[in-house]
Amino acid sequence: MMPRHYLPIVATLTFGAIAVPAHAATVQIVMENLVISPAEVSARAGDTIEWINKDIFAHTATARNGDFDVTIPPNKTATSVLGKPGTVEYYCRFHPNMKAVLTVAP
Amino acid sequence: MFVRMSAAIAALSLLSSAALAQGAKPTDPQIAHIAYTAGVIDIAAAKQALAKGSNKEVKSFAQDMVRDHEAVNKQALDLVKKLNVTPEDNDTSKTLSKQAADKLSELGKLKGAEFDKAYVANEVAYHKAVNGALETLLIPSASNAELKSLLQTGLKIFQGHQQHAEQVAAATK
Repeated sequence: MMPRHYLPIVATLTFGAIAVPAHAATVQIVMENLVISPAEVSARAGDTIEWINKDIFAHTATARNGDFDVTIPPNKTATSVLGKPGTVEYYCRFHPNMKAVLTVAP
Repeated sequence: MFVRMSAAIAALSLLSSAALAQGAKPTDPQIAHIAYTAGVIDIAAAKQALAKGSNKEVKSFAQDMVRDHEAVNKQALDLVKKLNVTPEDNDTSKTLSKQAADKLSELGKLKGAEFDKAYVANEVAYHKAVNGALETLLIPSASNAELKSLLQTGLKIFQGHQQHAEQVAAATK
């Protein structure tokens, strides 16, 4: 038998665990004049990345480890949801000089 | 191979020095024509590489050239239309086109890895020459701000192409 006054604590912990995934955020990464900014971004697994291409050229956001490969047409925005945690180096396959780093926290 | 520098490249180098020596600046309609022609030349070279090339990296580089140069040239056409400017053919454009045609037929005789190497080597040299002409002559001579800005975007992307071509050249050695 659990003493009565412990119950609210149990309830809070349970609620907390369920509520975490609801905090997914949207992070914007801009490609303009063949530069990715910010060059380093931290986000969490489950967050959405908005890839904003302001150039007249098509770009890609291609993870070196194969985690993602997003193509963004000229003057368009593409979105992708982050999967597993880790530090991912990515680049544009069409313009390999465009490089950046994305850190995905659990 | 490398000694036989493309005639088109020589023309671009001459363009810079000759025009600067005479103090003769190309006009905006001429600049637009030269820049557009330079793009058309690289697209034609890339299409030849897509048809004849054998190396995967070389072909994907060629695909990048078609995509980017078509994007810049489309932007250039939109701009001249907006500015109500008619691109004006000129001796530089004519020389470039003629010599690019010669280069296409010269590369057309090569096969396989030999073609790949010659194409990529020419891409390195060609972008270097175009970038030199943009930096020293075409950008400083352009009087319309929007044309100047498009040429600057062009320079930025073509510098990337030159580096990319150098990487592909190193990988196909």
